[in-house]
Amino acid sequence: MHDNARSPAASARKPETFRDAASETPFVRHLLIFAALAYLAFFLLLPLVSIFVEAFRRGAGAYFDALIEPDALAAIRLTLLVAAIAVPLNLVFGVAAAWAIAKFEFKGKAFLITLIDLPFSISPVISGLVYVLLFGSQSVLGPLLKSHGIEILFAVPGIVLATVFVTFPFVARELIPLMQDQGTGDEEAALSLGASGWQTFWRVTLPNIKWGLLYGVLLCNARAMGEFGAVSVVSGHIRGLTNTMPLHVEILYNEYNFVAAFAVATLLALLALVTLVLKAVLERRFGAEIAASRKH
Amino acid sequence: MSNFLNKLSAIALGVSLAIGPVVPAMAQTTLLNVSYDPTRELYKDFNAAFAAHWKKETGEDVAIRQSHGGSGKQARAVIDGLEADVVTLALESDINAIAERTGKIPADWRGRLPNNSSPYTSTIVFLVRKGNPKGIQNWGDLVKGDVQIVTPNPKTSGGARWNYLAAWAWANEEYKGDQDKIRAYITELFKRAPVLDTGARGSTVTFAQRQIGDVLLAWENEAYLAGKEFGEDSFDIVWPPISILAEPPVTVVDGNADAKGTRKVAEAYLQYLYSDEGQNLAAKHFYRPSKRDVVAPELLQKLPDIKLVTIDEPVFGGWAKAQPEHFGDGGIFDQLYKPGK
Repeated sequence: MHDNARSPAASARKPETFRDAASETPFVRHLLIFAALAYLAFFLLLPLVSIFVEAFRRGAGAYFDALIEPDALAAIRLTLLVAAIAVPLNLVFGVAAAWAIAKFEFKGKAFLITLIDLPFSISPVISGLVYVLLFGSQSVLGPLLKSHGIEILFAVPGIVLATVFVTFPFVARELIPLMQDQGTGDEEAALSLGASGWQTFWRVTLPNIKWGLLYGVLLCNARAMGEFGAVSVVSGHIRGLTNTMPLHVEILYNEYNFVAAFAVATLLALLALVTLVLKAVLERRFGAEIAASRKH
Repeated sequence: MSNFLNKLSAIALGVSLAIGPVVPAMAQTTLLNVSYDPTRELYKDFNAAFAAHWKKETGEDVAIRQSHGGSGKQARAVIDGLEADVVTLALESDINAIAERTGKIPADWRGRLPNNSSPYTSTIVFLVRKGNPKGIQNWGDLVKGDVQIVTPNPKTSGGARWNYLAAWAWANEEYKGDQDKIRAYITELFKRAPVLDTGARGSTVTFAQRQIGDVLLAWENEAYLAGKEFGEDSFDIVWPPISILAEPPVTVVDGNADAKGTRKVAEAYLQYLYSDEGQNLAAKHFYRPSKRDVVAPELLQKLPDIKLVTIDEPVFGGWAKAQPEHFGDGGIFDQLYKPGK
């Protein structure tokens, strides 16, 4: 490639030594495409299909029975509740953090970015254990809170905390590069035209980042509903009370109740599919806008 | 832009409406029973029976919540603050750990209920493929020919410790207490385990669903349950002439029950395990009832008499001695089991 750019004469002299990057023989091309597709089918499609096959093994009746069973409903409700708290919290935090990092210069910025990435780099089990150490009966805080009637561990607040912790990088991570790319030009223009800080945020910054934000929220939500490790540590596994959907799947599986386990698993799989479809639809419908906001 | 935000808040509102109240309708009293893995089916039935009994006796509604997991893990959760009213665990040492570390259970808890606070007992049996193709009848047969065994890991699983101790008890009789021969047998036995799952349920799935191994060393009730779940015609249960007597203990967690004001119903709940109905339910789920005379004969038939060695006999000297000696770091199991060799 380098030679190519140097002189047209060189390429004219020995044209046969330069090939187009995509000029493999049809056989090789098909082989590569086939390999990639087979790989995808084996690692993604096959497991996905097998979940649904397993879930409907005893027919649609057994499938829906498993979903309307009271413990399953409680698990679904709890999962939705946890996501409904964790996602908005992380949305606000993510925007604030990305805003601060992308638009301002301050000491310790690199440190803050590293800190945001922390939940990505530590094992979810540790993320859960942190809260056991903080709020458990053997800790300093636990008995103090308990004497005031506040329960955190092995109750809903603990599950929410653990979920917020493992999902908080999603929105911020999505927005930081986007906002850094966009720079501060638009905001400066708005401010110099007399807009207040809030006005600038609502009318300039937010519209610029809305698609990245939405994408971050989708990912954050998927993980919040799907988180297993950290939640498992702080849950206490009380049926119908502190079991989220992923935990419920494990319990059913361990009870040899494979149909019900996979039935609940299909809900999680569907959630993943809906997330993907939403993302695809958004990109198709607002593709130009997204591209514009990305380049800007 | 505001349009976009409106949509977002509409979605958020919709979600929160869809979730609705998360707290389920509360019965008058709620008990939390923190238990170990294989008791799920037993307590599902027993909880319903007790709730009906309590309603009849006192007119009060009681709801019992269950939490299941590995026995050691569950004890840890109670120590860390899981508010169990009662614990029904696999090992005496797990309840001792709660008593020592939290003070929520008195040290003499074992004497509070009959039979060392074990309303039911269990033992370790062999689950083999239909027709017993390898002709496994006794512990010695496990190390003959190319037999492969499936057991969970004694370092992580309570059930696996009983497997190990049962094998040890047989070898102790067979070799008249010759330590070298016993150790050689145990070493050979664990060489024949292609995988060591972390828990009893995992091993059952390995044996029954993944079709690995010739014999599963399992709780008697797990062996029956596997037959029920994976097809009666796939497996046979073999009772070796000698095995171990496992006494899973139960107790009230006084500290939690007193704080919640549930002591009376918590005590009645455990007492009811010793009632005729409780004992029959235990036998129905293939636990060995502590009061055999109140249990229907057809249920007892399924739990044949074999020689059962207890952990308190001199060969083991009780949990307090056996636990560190056999399963502690650098203990006998660590010395004998070398993975991949």
